[in-house]
Amino acid sequence: MTYLAKPKFHHPELPKNALGYTHRDYEGTVSTLCAGCGHDSITGAIIQACFELSIEPHRVAKISGIGCSSKTPTYFLGNSHGFNSVHGRMPSVLTGANLANRDLIYLGVSGDGDSASIGFGQFAHAIRRGVNMAYIVENNGVYGLTKGQFSATADRGSKSKRGVTNTDNSIDLAAIALQLGATFVARSFSGDKQQLIPIIKAAIAHKGAAFIDVISPCVAFNNHAGSTKSFDFVREHNEAVNRLDFMPSRMPIEIKYEAGTVEVVEQHDGSKLALRKLAADYELNDRTAALGFLQQQAAKGQIVTGLLYVDADAEDLHAHLKTVDVPLNALTEKDLCPGQSALDKINAGLR
Amino acid sequence: MPTATPISRVNDFVIRFANVNGSGSASANEMFARAVMRMGVPVAPRNIFPSNIQGLPTWYEVRVSEAGHMGARGGTDFMVAMNPQTFDKDIAGIEPGGYLFYDSTKPYPASKFRDDITVIGMPLTAICNREYTDPRQRQLFKNIIYIGALTALLDMDVKVVEQLIGEQYKGKDKLIGPNIKALHIGRDYAILNLQCPIGLRLKNADKVGDRIFIEGNNAAALGAVYGGATVCAWYPITPSSSLADAFTRHCAKLRVDPATGQAKYAIIQAEDELASIGMVIGAGWNGARAFTATSGPGISLMQEFIGLSYFAEIPAVIFDVQRAGPSTGMPTRTQQCDVISCAYASHGDTKHVLLFPEDPTESFEFGALAFDLADRLQTPIFVMLDLDIGMNHHLSKPFVWDDAKAYDRGKVMTAEELEAGKEFGRYLDVDGDGIPYRTYPGTHPTKGSFFTRGTSRDRYAKYTEEGAPYVDNMQRLMRKFDTAKDLVPRPLIANSGKPTKYGVIYYGSTAPAMDEAIAMIEGRGHALDRMRIRAFPFHSSVNSFVADHDFVFVVEQNRDAQLRSLIVNECAIDPARLMPILHYDGTPITARFIDKAIGEHLDKLKVKTMKVTS
Repeated sequence: MTYLAKPKFHHPELPKNALGYTHRDYEGTVSTLCAGCGHDSITGAIIQACFELSIEPHRVAKISGIGCSSKTPTYFLGNSHGFNSVHGRMPSVLTGANLANRDLIYLGVSGDGDSASIGFGQFAHAIRRGVNMAYIVENNGVYGLTKGQFSATADRGSKSKRGVTNTDNSIDLAAIALQLGATFVARSFSGDKQQLIPIIKAAIAHKGAAFIDVISPCVAFNNHAGSTKSFDFVREHNEAVNRLDFMPSRMPIEIKYEAGTVEVVEQHDGSKLALRKLAADYELNDRTAALGFLQQQAAKGQIVTGLLYVDADAEDLHAHLKTVDVPLNALTEKDLCPGQSALDKINAGLR
Repeated sequence: MPTATPISRVNDFVIRFANVNGSGSASANEMFARAVMRMGVPVAPRNIFPSNIQGLPTWYEVRVSEAGHMGARGGTDFMVAMNPQTFDKDIAGIEPGGYLFYDSTKPYPASKFRDDITVIGMPLTAICNREYTDPRQRQLFKNIIYIGALTALLDMDVKVVEQLIGEQYKGKDKLIGPNIKALHIGRDYAILNLQCPIGLRLKNADKVGDRIFIEGNNAAALGAVYGGATVCAWYPITPSSSLADAFTRHCAKLRVDPATGQAKYAIIQAEDELASIGMVIGAGWNGARAFTATSGPGISLMQEFIGLSYFAEIPAVIFDVQRAGPSTGMPTRTQQCDVISCAYASHGDTKHVLLFPEDPTESFEFGALAFDLADRLQTPIFVMLDLDIGMNHHLSKPFVWDDAKAYDRGKVMTAEELEAGKEFGRYLDVDGDGIPYRTYPGTHPTKGSFFTRGTSRDRYAKYTEEGAPYVDNMQRLMRKFDTAKDLVPRPLIANSGKPTKYGVIYYGSTAPAMDEAIAMIEGRGHALDRMRIRAFPFHSSVNSFVADHDFVFVVEQNRDAQLRSLIVNECAIDPARLMPILHYDGTPITARFIDKAIGEHLDKLKVKTMKVTS
């Protein structure tokens, strides 16, 4: 129903947050993604997280790269400025924006193609620098907009919709983020809002580079058995390249599970996902242990989700650069221009 | 006695130092150039250096010209040959009647030398070995010793050099004495053992005035400080790195809050040029004045982002310090070879604003102006320096700033205006100049937000893939580019005293050589009107200048006549009317080259005309 304008009316008694805004005030335009896309669930989680945090919507800058995931900032926070930038380059644009105005909240939205392939370098360096941001990767292991190529997060041995086996090793963005010094690292699942919303809230509240890898199945191109992002593999779809515009109409995936247990979730289309809830004694502030744990569980074929690491005392890039408290974009010629008297001295020193 | 008459000139010659890279010669040679300036004699030094830290040949050329010719001249009158690797070639480059100064510790056979030059040998290595035991000192003081010898050979004011040594080592005072001692070791040896002075002399004059001595990169960086840049993102690349370094130094002095020690700027050394320009665009989008400094290869890498900046209409300033390319080697040589790649940078239909400073003074002025233009036009602005302007010291007019001047932040709608109900359409041409209003992120809770994209949007920034809104937007961008024609620095015209059918167009670092060449061309009996282009898009006076002449020479430092192509393309001019004069071997263009190329061409025309009339 993407051609329909979103209706503006709403229930008069919708709950309001501390600022008097309802959930609707955090929405954007109607999604143009495939019905049932995991990304729409993440959009919903971001809306809910911002509503619950009582953030002024216009104080968020939402920045993305290119791809299905990078389209989503249009679908939430309609009163925020958004920037659909260049493929793989969200981190640099966000870094620059953050330098210009330290007072806004920076939400970076990216995908696995955007961050693990073309933008792997920018992902790494923005994390290294400790840019104050919530960096969300909507990770489906596949290129959606170009119709189903493997991305760099697709696991070795997994099969594409066209039946090709991936022979390249996969990149675990959460593990890399840990290694690069991210001060907040989490992984979640688009179908698990109960887990995801609090993680997003915590990431926004975190001062420093917060990274969230959200597994978000692609209902159009990675929804078959043989894929590690979606267990159901339907062989006849591999051949259906000419029917690609036909999308199954499905509801977003929702699951619930108990702490300390592994859940095998059967998605509504029949694909499965093994999810392991972290043990209660998991140490949140041990970077090396977190890395080891991620790798051990990955070897068993399990996907670790939850908040993996946090440094509560993190410093951000502005602290490293010792920039003024006032946003740089608010400084005027009075603050910035040393004037003719300083120039006279400079001239004198050059003779 | 040499077979050619030894050159005898006062305050008008070229001295060239041939050294080994990394031997510490550069600072001694620069001190020599400064001493000439301090004597009130205009001087133009040029560092010709390899892509190397230690070991390869390097030259430092000092043009002394009381008449004020600051372009490269070509040829060498006095060669200080300190590099055995290039000894033969260096000797071959001396003008007939010129002078060779060399280290005579190891004797050379007479066949090594030419019989039409004056050969001056001084056992520098032997002197250093006698005076110093530390090998590093032997090397470093050798440079000061030959400067000392030069003061005697050229009859210089030695006090000036002593004073410079004092200034150079201010704060490291224990180095002053040994350096002055070395200076006098060289000077005394020369006075006692060599024929002093030679035919080339330096005499005190008063032709420098209030001019300053600075590199273009340093000046451009200062321009960025004065222009209000707060964000600098860059990636190291010769010959632009010193621009970012200078910005860092200037900011540390001029932009730190004395009370809190906090910085009113942010400088990021990015992971590559893509990230540099991405950060600049992010900061520009968010209302800060931001720039990057790079060279041709960086421009190539930035192409996609430059297009986004053009279409999404985000202010950005790019300093392109041009060099020959690609890869290593020629990158330490100068060229004007990025004109087209910047003017039409990126995919889709794009056109960009370029500024062409001629020297450090204009690098400062345009460096500051670029930020006003970027905000006013909401587009990338390129400041096109080159290695010659950027990395060499030039004697330039002092910097001037109007303290009453306010920054032009362009069309930015405020929260108050939005609140008052003023209509906001991000890509709406309300004033007919093609420039829309923008809002900074975070301005108003419910009004003025928009989603930034490349092309797929209408006048209100709403997503659309329809053809008509795309065309509408592209037409508006053209109107905006037309608006730029009257905002950028205008071309400067210098008409010949006599009416003439011929003109010349030139730009950037060609200016000093052109200024000198014009007198030489006039000396051949020709008249030539001159136009120095200072920006693209071209002002309408470029069309009329070409129209007013039978044909116009276009002098450039690249192979493909890039500015000429731009003129042909943008002004719809018959290419036959624009005669390319091209210099692109990596050395700065010289007056001799221009005089020969243009002068000989005009000589032929003159001969033809006479034949017709006879």
